[in-house]
Amino acid sequence: MSGDLGLWAVPVAMLGGAIRVSTPYIFVSLGECLTERSGRINLGLEGTLVLGAMSAYGIAYLSGSPWLGVLVAMLAGALLGGLHALLCGLPKVNDIAVGISLMLFGTGMAFFLGKPFVQPKAPNLPSIPLGWWIEQPELRAALEINPLFVVGILLALALTWFLRRTRWGLILRAAGDSSEAVRAMGYSAETMRFTATTAGGALAGIGGAFLSLYYPGSWNEGLSSGQGLMAIALVIFARWQPIRCIWASLLFGAAGALGPALQSVGVTWGYYLFGAAPYVLTLGIMIATCSPTRSLRGAPAELGVTR
Amino acid sequence: MSVTTAAGVNAERPAALSEKLRAAAQAAAPTLFAVLVTAVIFAVFLFAAGADPFEVYELIWTGAFASWFSLQNTLLRAAPLLLVALCTALPARLGLVIIGGEGAIVFGGLAAAAIGVVLIDTPYVPALLLMAAAAMVSGAALIALAGWLRHARGVNETISSLLLTYIAIAVFNHLVEGPLRDPASLNKPSTASISDHHMIGTIPGTDVHWGLAIGVVVCLAMAVLMRKTTFGFAARMVGGNMRAARMAGLPIGKLVITTCAMAGAAGGLAGMIEVAAIHGKANASLNTGYGYTGILVAFLARHEPAAVIPVAILFGGINAAGGLLQRRMDLPDATVLVLQGILFVVLLASETLRGRSLFGR
Amino acid sequence: MNDFTAIGRRRLLGTTAAGLAAATLPLGGALAQAKPLVVGFIYVGPRDDYGYNQAHAEGAAALKKMAGVKVLEEEKVPETVAVEKSMESMINLDGASLVFPTSFGYFDPHMLKMAAKFPKVQFRHCGGMWTQGKHPANTGSYFGYIDEGQYLNGVVAGHASKSGKLGFIAAKPIPQVLRNINAFTLGARSVNPAITTQVIITGDWALPVKEAEATNSLIAQGVDVVTCHVDSPKVVVETAERRGIMTCGYHANQAKLAPKGYLTGAEWNWHKVYGDFIADMKANKAPGNFVRGGLKEGFVKTSPYGAAVPEKARTMADGIKAQMLGGAFTIFKGAMKDNKGNTVIAAGKSHAQTDPWLESMNWLVEGVIA
Repeated sequence: MSGDLGLWAVPVAMLGGAIRVSTPYIFVSLGECLTERSGRINLGLEGTLVLGAMSAYGIAYLSGSPWLGVLVAMLAGALLGGLHALLCGLPKVNDIAVGISLMLFGTGMAFFLGKPFVQPKAPNLPSIPLGWWIEQPELRAALEINPLFVVGILLALALTWFLRRTRWGLILRAAGDSSEAVRAMGYSAETMRFTATTAGGALAGIGGAFLSLYYPGSWNEGLSSGQGLMAIALVIFARWQPIRCIWASLLFGAAGALGPALQSVGVTWGYYLFGAAPYVLTLGIMIATCSPTRSLRGAPAELGVTR
Repeated sequence: MSVTTAAGVNAERPAALSEKLRAAAQAAAPTLFAVLVTAVIFAVFLFAAGADPFEVYELIWTGAFASWFSLQNTLLRAAPLLLVALCTALPARLGLVIIGGEGAIVFGGLAAAAIGVVLIDTPYVPALLLMAAAAMVSGAALIALAGWLRHARGVNETISSLLLTYIAIAVFNHLVEGPLRDPASLNKPSTASISDHHMIGTIPGTDVHWGLAIGVVVCLAMAVLMRKTTFGFAARMVGGNMRAARMAGLPIGKLVITTCAMAGAAGGLAGMIEVAAIHGKANASLNTGYGYTGILVAFLARHEPAAVIPVAILFGGINAAGGLLQRRMDLPDATVLVLQGILFVVLLASETLRGRSLFGR
Repeated sequence: MNDFTAIGRRRLLGTTAAGLAAATLPLGGALAQAKPLVVGFIYVGPRDDYGYNQAHAEGAAALKKMAGVKVLEEEKVPETVAVEKSMESMINLDGASLVFPTSFGYFDPHMLKMAAKFPKVQFRHCGGMWTQGKHPANTGSYFGYIDEGQYLNGVVAGHASKSGKLGFIAAKPIPQVLRNINAFTLGARSVNPAITTQVIITGDWALPVKEAEATNSLIAQGVDVVTCHVDSPKVVVETAERRGIMTCGYHANQAKLAPKGYLTGAEWNWHKVYGDFIADMKANKAPGNFVRGGLKEGFVKTSPYGAAVPEKARTMADGIKAQMLGGAFTIFKGAMKDNKGNTVIAAGKSHAQTDPWLESMNWLVEGVIA
């Protein structure tokens, strides 16, 4: 029978939590990374995440296939991302405001359409028991990972290669650094941003699907608590590099698991404050890494966030 | 976006009335157009969802404005929005997008309730003034922090104000359920009551508390500040063209922090009014999303403090009608969220029809 | 202002049918009611949350089937001036004569204000502490002693647990929740005095990610039976089932979510309470002002036993349940110590379920780790 881990439960829980809770962060941050590299900031990913979660759950329930749900979540995310890009493409429209508006719109639509899906149980995504050789049940459970986590890591590698080594990646980065240079090359910065934002939205949708189809694996209106927005801060922390987004996501996931882990070993004071750990972490990181004079190293010059 | 334009702020000169009216109509036209387009899109959405759009609009009218009861309901819900919207609208004049209204309201309400408990034996007017002061200082501190971080460390104020809101809510919950908790509050953890004789009363002849009047007065005062004073002019210049403002030697840091402090004070005051006019204590009911609706109101009012008044009433009306929509038409409460979302999106798209943009860029 | 002309088409048919039925029934009482009895329900959360609000909604649904009753519902109404206006709107525009605000925070000041404004309308609040003399006569409160169900949960869990460690995921440490934690622990410890209950507080009523994390953290500590007091136990039950541990349900029956691990559960039976209130109203009698009841009065019920429940557990639990049904069982009796070592109930003293002292509980019994 499983022995109790005592104080070791905290790091083990944080490891397990890091892997479990980080996956949505991974997808949303990679999506946002791509979007921001092209020179646009999309604050609406919180709404995309929630809409993706709901549509994945609904389709999985109606069709019986969780992977179909993930696909539909991707499409829903792409739609919202495309809408964001279209609106921002109009002259004189402020992209931060559009992001906030789509956050509200996406959330509203998700709550409205998701009403009939709160009760039913949709099939969940399978998991890969990475620690099948481990005897200790808690450690084994901590290493049970979801295929999407693996996909996320592979995606980060693919994105890094794409941005650094391919022609399209170069053009995308150029769109983020200087729209004039892109125009000189003969391409439209706006088209690049449209594609990047749509793809970013699709990835955020997958992140949402993870929430409702794997962990916690249920749909209701309290599913997201700002993860979409934190992922945006995460991208700044990761200096717009996909591999760093993975590490940052794991860190944030661990921070999210801190509260319950501490309570389970008897640290019961201030559970609200520990619950705020991810937000404090994000804020601290932003304060430490930003500077008003020196432009953030690696920041795409066209990005409004680093005026 | 990377090309700077010449200073985009109109110089003030006395204008003929007809010119002023035409300018006002021109300013209002795209907004009205947006409202109209929203009505059409929402009607299509309702139709697809199986509800009769005409019935829905009729119910919205009935629930929001059609009777004295409905009107009071609308005004009551609009009251907190007036002040909270300023929390986003004022910094926006400087080009900062701050969405920390929820944090300001919560901090302000807590400070007011905490002071109110200590001041139980103080006479009415000084007690309320002190409560308001405490609320305004706490709200101001929170938002000014976001502004300062932006100015001194270049931290994006949208993200930081949101993070500060989450942190503020966590601290609020911790204090309300811990050190400041009233043991008699049983299953709804709250601070102790500020006592009945310190409550803000209702405007005579109505059900609506004086907070509505306070909100209107503050909005108008801010409108005058932003349009007619040197401070307001300087602030708008910073918002219109940062580089020109810097070259003109304007004290940008001071402007940013002062404006953010005022914005936070408005949000904090809204929290104090919620406590003193409605609840009598601080508890989780302060954290019910007024802050987020306030963001919408500010954007729809194009960050003009005077325009916040009619927009807040519009939103109060939509929320007031929400209950009726649920009961009569079996529509979920998220229907109102969808309407607000569509309105916001369409309004932003309609910005493209304007001569001058929302943020001067 | 009564405005029946604005009733939507869906309601119109129902109302007409109910109205006709009421008009044609021979009524041997004092007044013949041509208008249906309009009852309003207000929920703080979504009515399909698989938990607290849904339990009330199911009670309301039972009322909808009754002749001569029209049910109005509003969900996700925040505990601010909004609920005052919702109640007022139900009374003014729809003619409600009985209103049920079902969340604790609606009581003071909101419901009390509305009760003072509408002295002819009856307000009954779920969970509040109505006090004679302090609160108006047209208000009242009702609640169920669901801690009896949690006690039985504990008894079954005590038998089924192999590690001797139980887990409880709670939203907030308020008296109603603490009472449940204590009852659960006391039930388990009556089987095995060495059993402990580990509590994790999530901070709010509906936080799915935190609830899932809490479940996983408890399992990491060796817990093998878990129960909870959150608005929607769905996430906790599903997470526990996936990790292969057992659960006791709460609010509603979650057996379908955990076919292997579901032991039993404590459920509300609100339609009994609401049915009684309606019967009173129809007989032109004001419903009771301080209404409480447990298993005996049918206010709460227990879920059927799951496959994992050992035979010994069933027998013992059934025995205690029979005592409770007969009104002969006291959960909170001395000597009782809290988990800090203080005596909270002196030896020889006992608190019947109806004792108001229990409704301001602020301690945790020995054996609870929190």
